[in-house]
Amino acid sequence: MKGKIIVNDQVIDWRAGMTVSDVLTVMNYTFKLLVIQINGKNIKRDDWPTATVPEGADVKVIHLMSGG
Amino acid sequence: MNIGEMKAAHKRITRWEYQPGRIEKGYNDRTLHVDLSTSTVTEKPVTPLMKDKFIGGKGFGLYLLWHATKPTTQWNDPENEIIISPGPCAGITQYAGAGKSLVVSISSQSGRIMDSNVGGYFGPYMKFAGFDAIELQGKANEDVIIVIDGTDHSVTIETAPKEAIDSHVLAEQLTEMYAKDEKDKINVAVVSAGTAADHSLIGMLNFSFWDPRRKVARLKQAGRGGIGTVFRDKRIKALVCKTTGIKPNWNNVVDLNKIIERGQRFQKEIKELDDKQCEMRDKGTAHLMEIMDAYDLLPTTNFRFGKAADIGEDINKIHSNVLKSLFNLKWRDLDGCWFGCAMSCCKSVDGFELKTGPYKGDKVTVDGPEYETAAGLGSNCGIFDPLHIIEANFYCDTYGICTITVGTITAFVMECYEAGILNKERTGGLELKFGNSLAALELIHQMATGKGFGAIAGRGAEYMKHYFADQGWGDRQFLSDIAMVNKGLEYSQYMSKESLAQQGGYAMTNKGPQHDEAWLIFMDMVNNQIPSFEDKAEALYYFPMFRTWFGLCGFCKLPWNDVEPENNREKYPPKEAAKVPEHVDNYLTVFKAVTGRDIDKDELILQSARVYNFQRIFNIRRGYGLRQHDAQPYRACGPVTKREYESRQERYDKQLVDWMGMTPEAVAKMTVEEKIAAHRKYRTDRYEKLLDAVYKRRGWTRNGVPTIAWLKEIGMDLPEVIEVVKPLQ
Repeated sequence: MKGKIIVNDQVIDWRAGMTVSDVLTVMNYTFKLLVIQINGKNIKRDDWPTATVPEGADVKVIHLMSGG
Repeated sequence: MNIGEMKAAHKRITRWEYQPGRIEKGYNDRTLHVDLSTSTVTEKPVTPLMKDKFIGGKGFGLYLLWHATKPTTQWNDPENEIIISPGPCAGITQYAGAGKSLVVSISSQSGRIMDSNVGGYFGPYMKFAGFDAIELQGKANEDVIIVIDGTDHSVTIETAPKEAIDSHVLAEQLTEMYAKDEKDKINVAVVSAGTAADHSLIGMLNFSFWDPRRKVARLKQAGRGGIGTVFRDKRIKALVCKTTGIKPNWNNVVDLNKIIERGQRFQKEIKELDDKQCEMRDKGTAHLMEIMDAYDLLPTTNFRFGKAADIGEDINKIHSNVLKSLFNLKWRDLDGCWFGCAMSCCKSVDGFELKTGPYKGDKVTVDGPEYETAAGLGSNCGIFDPLHIIEANFYCDTYGICTITVGTITAFVMECYEAGILNKERTGGLELKFGNSLAALELIHQMATGKGFGAIAGRGAEYMKHYFADQGWGDRQFLSDIAMVNKGLEYSQYMSKESLAQQGGYAMTNKGPQHDEAWLIFMDMVNNQIPSFEDKAEALYYFPMFRTWFGLCGFCKLPWNDVEPENNREKYPPKEAAKVPEHVDNYLTVFKAVTGRDIDKDELILQSARVYNFQRIFNIRRGYGLRQHDAQPYRACGPVTKREYESRQERYDKQLVDWMGMTPEAVAKMTVEEKIAAHRKYRTDRYEKLLDAVYKRRGWTRNGVPTIAWLKEIGMDLPEVIEVVKPLQ
């Protein structure tokens, strides 16, 4: 997909150098208990600020339950 | 009046002495029965069947209530009971969150079987005194207190004419009265309601725990469903339980070292990870405020919107950091409602000066606000003022009414006011507009006196929606759409419009829409992990069964998944990680170490399934518990008003295309009213399909009745249970 990535099944705009942390900002994902996978591969929390997301990637940002 | 004068005014009605017992593997093997009509106290054995099929806690409560009542028993009939049972693991101090009790009764609000879980010291102390549950039946002729004295092995019923009724005063009076000295206050636990429980159907119970650092009796709430109203209808002013002090192994568990090992492991997680995960020790569940707002899930102005900005408000006014700044965190890591709880989420505001009501000018300790309270009394009423939330929180607690219920009731009447269904004439002068803090507080004060519009509001949203329509004040369908109530109980504080699974998580519950059965919003709406009906049905099978188990054993839910091991996310695939497998293993280990029963995670689910289905059938026996009772108000499902639709027009228009197969051109030509109608049809149909899928997964008929084959499979095929469902197969 040219210029796009998929985040939790939603298509969003991609830009060169986009990091995992950037994706969280774009999606307004502020919850802390997250599992993040890019094309099926887990990305460690320490790597979120630097790990880049390739164009066309399938990104899963799994929010572990809390609440109540 | 001093404490001595109050005590001197007591008249002993009954004193019953019992043989001291010994807890073995988490059980005393006996329960206590108090009949207030005849002033008799007796003990009953816990049978092997009770332990095998019902485990304890909620299970014991349901079993005892079933056999104590008839299908026709009403909430205010003498034979209705309040049962408090802590469960076999309650009272251990080596693993976090093991001090919970479950309270069961026929609800004054709904007529269904209500259960409500609560911390505080009463449940474990009662167990140490010798009983696995207490049944409160009958009605006294005058206000009484019941004292279970574990130090001299007696139970007394005595009149208590002089003490206060409001909980923050009464709990202190009785703690001082029954403690030998200051040091002994920690060994006294009190259960009480409040003046609003006398005058409304939404009364709740406060369970005290003495805080030796703040030197106050703090309060935890069994809030939902009006059990405080039942309590006061029985003319019980309070229960008191005394113990001789905490011992490391009161429960005489099978393997204490195993519990210590798992407990220490969990404590280490909390210490190392909580500050960077949920901050429970700093904020309690209030940490969710801005998170729910960010995800469009914070109920705002009667569940119309999910964000403060929708009404031009600023979430930062009630941000969790603001609430944190008001909490007294001097003893941050010791704020547990039971000993040994490292999660320490019971935050309090100390020295809070009240601005309204009968205690105006007093400086008090306020327990909370927790998330549900802050969202219910705050954002859902359009009030973004932390001081209002704390004051309303205090008065709800001391008056003995549920903050969640009051929040949803107030939000409903505020929308009615703004829609012209109510006006000053109809509310007795209260200008109940969204955001009006003083009117909201006055409504609470009126509930406490049973006067004015508060007397109507205190009957709950289910009553009001019919009453307003009967008076000709508003359209019946609109009122049913916006009254956030199912099974006679008001919704708790999460938006479910965009999460079909959570709609089921609320409206398919046994007791009514409380989030403690299933909280699936992230899994469904954000993660898109359970896209099909079958996926959602599986989640709506597993999570309610899993969460039920805590209430059987005496555990708190929060330590399960409000902190997670550091490697949880790397070690397990996402769907499994959401279950926090290492914590599940801790619970299995602790359960075995207490009771000696070696269960695996499948048996854990089965233990719950037996009790869950029993509760469903108990409701069926009473004329509820069928498909029609799982219907939800449309506000929980989709946009009711034009303003709601227009606030998220882009999303809703896109759904017309993506979900309903319309062309963008066709959508562009539709009026907002037509779009709302299309959504309503689609979303309502979709919910019906979800019911079908969930019932199938749960082993129920299309009418929501457990099948006999399923009951046999899970081992809940008791003759009295089969007798109820047989004609409905």
